[in-house]
Amino acid sequence: MHVAKAYWRRQLRRTGLLLVVWAVAGFGCSILFVEQLNRISFGDMPFGFWMAQQGSIYVFILLIFLYALLSGRADRQATLEADGEKDTAPPSATEG
Amino acid sequence: MSIQAWTWVTVGITFAAYLYIGYRSRVKSTKGFYVAGQGVPAIANGAATAADWMSAASFISMAGLISFMGFDGAVYLMGWTGGYVLLALLLAPFLRKFGQYTVPDFVGVRYYSQTARVVAAIAAIFVSFTYVAGQMAGVGVAFGRFLEIPFELGVAIGMVVVAFFAVLGGMKGITYTQVAQYCVLIFAYTVPAIAIALLLTGNPVPQLAMEEILPKLNAIQHDLGLSSYSNPFTGLSKLNVFAITLCLMAGTAGLPHVIVRFYTVKNVKAARWSAFWALLFIGILYTTAPAVAMFAKYHILQQFAELGPAIAEQSWMQNWAATGLVTIPEGGIQTADQLLEAINRDIIVLATPEIARLPAVVVALVAAGGLAAALSTASGLLLVISSALAHDIYGSVINPQASEKRRLFVGRAMIFLAVVVAGVLGVYPLGFVAEVVAFAFGLAAASFFPVIVLGIFWKRANKQGAIAGMSIGLVFTFVMIALMRAQNVIPGMDEPVLDHFLGVGAQGVGVIGMLLNFAVTIGVSLCTPDSPISVRDLVERVRYPNE
Repeated sequence: MHVAKAYWRRQLRRTGLLLVVWAVAGFGCSILFVEQLNRISFGDMPFGFWMAQQGSIYVFILLIFLYALLSGRADRQATLEADGEKDTAPPSATEG
Repeated sequence: MSIQAWTWVTVGITFAAYLYIGYRSRVKSTKGFYVAGQGVPAIANGAATAADWMSAASFISMAGLISFMGFDGAVYLMGWTGGYVLLALLLAPFLRKFGQYTVPDFVGVRYYSQTARVVAAIAAIFVSFTYVAGQMAGVGVAFGRFLEIPFELGVAIGMVVVAFFAVLGGMKGITYTQVAQYCVLIFAYTVPAIAIALLLTGNPVPQLAMEEILPKLNAIQHDLGLSSYSNPFTGLSKLNVFAITLCLMAGTAGLPHVIVRFYTVKNVKAARWSAFWALLFIGILYTTAPAVAMFAKYHILQQFAELGPAIAEQSWMQNWAATGLVTIPEGGIQTADQLLEAINRDIIVLATPEIARLPAVVVALVAAGGLAAALSTASGLLLVISSALAHDIYGSVINPQASEKRRLFVGRAMIFLAVVVAGVLGVYPLGFVAEVVAFAFGLAAASFFPVIVLGIFWKRANKQGAIAGMSIGLVFTFVMIALMRAQNVIPGMDEPVLDHFLGVGAQGVGVIGMLLNFAVTIGVSLCTPDSPISVRDLVERVRYPNE
């Protein structure tokens, strides 16, 4: 059972961390602090404007990529741990 | 060959392909009909989700809106992509693990209540119908402008095509035609954008060419007495930009026709990866759109700076004036403001290839792309309506003993009925429905999003909390929108009753409905008995992906 619990705690921490990046890129850089960031040039564009219309979307795609990759690893690790201690295996997942 | 002849060719070929794919993916079981047998590969589901998601509004209207809003257009760009992060991290993998057919299924089982299931089914039907009417109308407009056939006939052709693959193939037919429709629409969107980027800057990548155009665009806006294109918060306050963006994000994550796509893949891992593919595919269009918006604005303003009032005699202005999407004022076009006033936002994507004098075959592509975007979204929405009626209301509440054969028949019948109703709503739009379409996101954010997230992440959430939260979120948002848009919604009113709520306008007010929903669900759950042990076990299972 505690394999499942530890798995879920790690999953929550990962999700929280990625959502912080989501909020910083989408709301922080692109809306709340856009005026300040617009003073910085990114190529020939103001950085805040670029974040709002381009950069944030790239960050979003990257976040989902990382989530899928890291969660997949965590799944494999959890399967190994669960196999290691069969008696306390997580609840079997009957669909439905 | 003329533009019209090329349009017949591109539309004819793509429609024939959709019909062929639909025929090849016909199904014989309810599992095939509702969730495509849960065997769709992650990358195919990603493409199908992208086509499902990007509607006539994304394809036709969005770049035009951004073009006129400048920086503030970012609300659509971020709102409609950032929602996928919420969807991928908070909803999709868990709902796939839960593994039934519909969103009301999850709400009904997680909150152990047929009432909750019915409330969710009604909300799903309502949100989807308001959304689908606009798609059918989009089909009619595209046919009318490019093929010069009557609007009603255009809608009818769209209905026949959708009915064919949706009735025969259900979700499976819809999924594989959506994959084809994604290819058509992304090709049709990017080819003209690349051509124009090359023409203007010599750089074929629109996302990079932006950089060269922005300083020129800002300069020309300045010369014509307009504020700088990249200046933030010119039309919307910072608070509203924030609220609308968040509202569109949560709404995206809560829209049933998007969520249900994640039920069609093999397992949890595939659900996570298909969210990635979906946003990658969507991102191609969404990072191109702001470039298209800039190119179009630059082109139009530059023509005006050169020609002055004579711009009204340009052939593209004349062509679009004939359709009513350009209205040249009595005294002609004297100022840049009058010019922008005269042009309907919707023509930016449709007319840019023409304005930039691209070859006829490229212009023809745009019509096929717009039709693909509208049809793919319409079919996804129609499946949600049919499954809510046939699976959640008929199969679970009215006649739970129904045989598999009977269920499949009812499913097919409902999707056929939904196609007909959607077509009629497209031809005879109710003013009320048209107004609510834009707010479907607010309603989805205020109803589904909080109860699903809490259902997964907070075991203590119970039946009483969810029903109270969903109802209050929905009613609050609906009433607020009705008051703020009273002139279009309530008969006999000619001005809004309320301008804003705590500074948040109608488009973003769903965020407040969402916060209310969260607060009420949590509050009521804590004051009422815990959910049964079987439900808490279910939540445990949903969180842990291994079989």
